[in-house]
Amino acid sequence: MAKVLQKANSFYDIYERKSGMNKDITHYCPGCGHGVLHKLIAEAIDDFDIRDRTILISPVGCSVFAYYYFRVGNIQAAHGRAPAVATGIKRAMPHSIVISYQGDGDLAAIGGNNIMQAANRGEKITVFFVNNAIYGMTGGQMAPTTIVGQKTTTSPYGRKPENEGYPVRMCELISTLEAPLYVERVALGDPRHTNKVRRAVRRGLKNQIENKGFSFVEVLSVCPSGWKMTSEQAKDWLQEEMVKYFPLGVYKDESSKVETTEAKPHVFTIDNINENLSIPTRESASDKVEKKPQQQYRNPKLIIAGFGGQGVLMLGLGLAQAGMEAGYQVSWIPSYGPEMRGGTANCHVNLSTERIGSPTVSQPSLLIAMNAPSLDKFEKQVVKNGMILYNTSLIDKKPERSDIESVGIPATEIADELGNTRVANMVVLGAYIGLTGILDKKTLFQALPKFIKRNAMIPLNEKAIERGIEFVQK
Amino acid sequence: MAGNDQEYPKVVIREDECKGCGLCIVSCPENVLFEQKHLNRQGFHPAGYKGQGCTGCTFCFYQCPEPGAITVYKKGYVEEEVS
Ligand SMILES: Cc1ncc(C[n+]2csc(CCOP(=O)(O)OP(=O)(O)O)c2C)c(N)n1
Ligand code: SF4
Ligand code: SF4
Ligand code: SF4
Repeated sequence: MAKVLQKANSFYDIYERKSGMNKDITHYCPGCGHGVLHKLIAEAIDDFDIRDRTILISPVGCSVFAYYYFRVGNIQAAHGRAPAVATGIKRAMPHSIVISYQGDGDLAAIGGNNIMQAANRGEKITVFFVNNAIYGMTGGQMAPTTIVGQKTTTSPYGRKPENEGYPVRMCELISTLEAPLYVERVALGDPRHTNKVRRAVRRGLKNQIENKGFSFVEVLSVCPSGWKMTSEQAKDWLQEEMVKYFPLGVYKDESSKVETTEAKPHVFTIDNINENLSIPTRESASDKVEKKPQQQYRNPKLIIAGFGGQGVLMLGLGLAQAGMEAGYQVSWIPSYGPEMRGGTANCHVNLSTERIGSPTVSQPSLLIAMNAPSLDKFEKQVVKNGMILYNTSLIDKKPERSDIESVGIPATEIADELGNTRVANMVVLGAYIGLTGILDKKTLFQALPKFIKRNAMIPLNEKAIERGIEFVQK
Repeated sequence: MAGNDQEYPKVVIREDECKGCGLCIVSCPENVLFEQKHLNRQGFHPAGYKGQGCTGCTFCFYQCPEPGAITVYKKGYVEEEVS
């Protein structure tokens, strides 16, 4: 046991983030419970030696500025959303110690569902829930936890159950769930109780260090300003009135039943991300494409348009899927308006060796037009020296533009010869890769099962692609 | 001075960081803390130590909301420990 008790190392010496003067003191009111709890948390972080892997989520409420003080990783979350932010961090960085620090307005009102869902999922985080029975920051309005009879600015005659319902007891609610590991309610106020808070804080953190599960520590706290009391009156009111409605004690503790394990950090490298997403590494990208496309065909931005049922969305999806397997950066977004049913449909596709800034394509370098309205609609948007690939089976005129390359292909007729007009989209896809060399046939064939659900259809689609290639290469 | 038992236990209050809430004073079982007459930089009457009688029980430390306002040196504290 240390022979000196002083400001914890997990606090900044000087609170540089705080604006104005007085960067050596907190912004809290005299006697505020937040400061006491901060001290207990900081001390525990020091003692457990977890400062370099602790991430504290500051809520909205008086403790919104907790990140001014704690010398740990800090994130400030939107009102009530700290448990969701904590979930994301913890899952991405399982070895970190994630603390969701929240007031009662934040946790039990606006974030009520957020905390229940995180608890129900058993996120391996530690929640410190500061229940001061009021909205402190905004000037003392009633909170879900305001006790019956308590006067606040929005319950000036005292909370009445007929009007405002009963105070919400979060420990009781959360302990009905299957997943939470440890749920305890403690109270500040006098040295004996504060010592119990200290122990609960440490248990909550230890559970996470031992990778055991969701820990929820409710700390009954004082808000002398909101309660319009002196610090001493506030601590007495907490001990005499608040604890009657919020019984102290352990509501759930499964920690002895769960084995201690070590949470391993995820290692993020390009290779293992690609592996997880089944994307070949970038190096192999160009190897897979037999011949490099000529300059004007590289990094194409496509609009693929037709009427519903022509499979234009599928055409784009297939191109993006195969492109991804070939190692390109790809994007695909369908774009359909109210005319979706029976009307026209289109999608935007990018295939690029560079990062893609925006998935939407307003100036395509390639337009694939499967029917006449699509050609009319998008011809003007194609960039100079771009290309239009159009379905002559259904479009009986030529594109008007002379500053672009245009290639017509009787896709629907070829598909019909193969026995199914619906594979016209694959005929065009074949024509496209045959013309430009953006992908080779082998890669495209390998990708087919990823976007064609019915296996029986694959041979027909392969044939259609081959016919498209043959058509443009003869 | 190091290791001089006469000096410890003791409590040190950084007056400029004190908000005068008085929680340390009411928590002290030995009654050796008091509210000072003068005002500090922020306009609060800071808590003070009477100069003797502290047992190093740490009660005041854990009641004080301000992270740096109170330091408690327990019995047997030797100065080298801090550095
Ligand atoms: C989305 C949103 N809604 C409302 C507010 C206003 N607001 C700020 S703090 C607060 C209540 C905080 O109360 P509590 O969580 O009890 O924290 P305390 O201030 O008492 O520590 C509210 C409603 C906000 N900042 N953002
Ligand atoms: S308003 Fe209440 S909760 Fe907020 S800092 Fe002041 S005392 Fe603390
Ligand atoms: S450590 Fe204990 S005895 Fe000493 S001043 Fe603080 S409360 Fe009083
Ligand atoms: S508890 Fe802290 S802030 Fe309050 S009077 Fe004592 S030293 Fe000052």
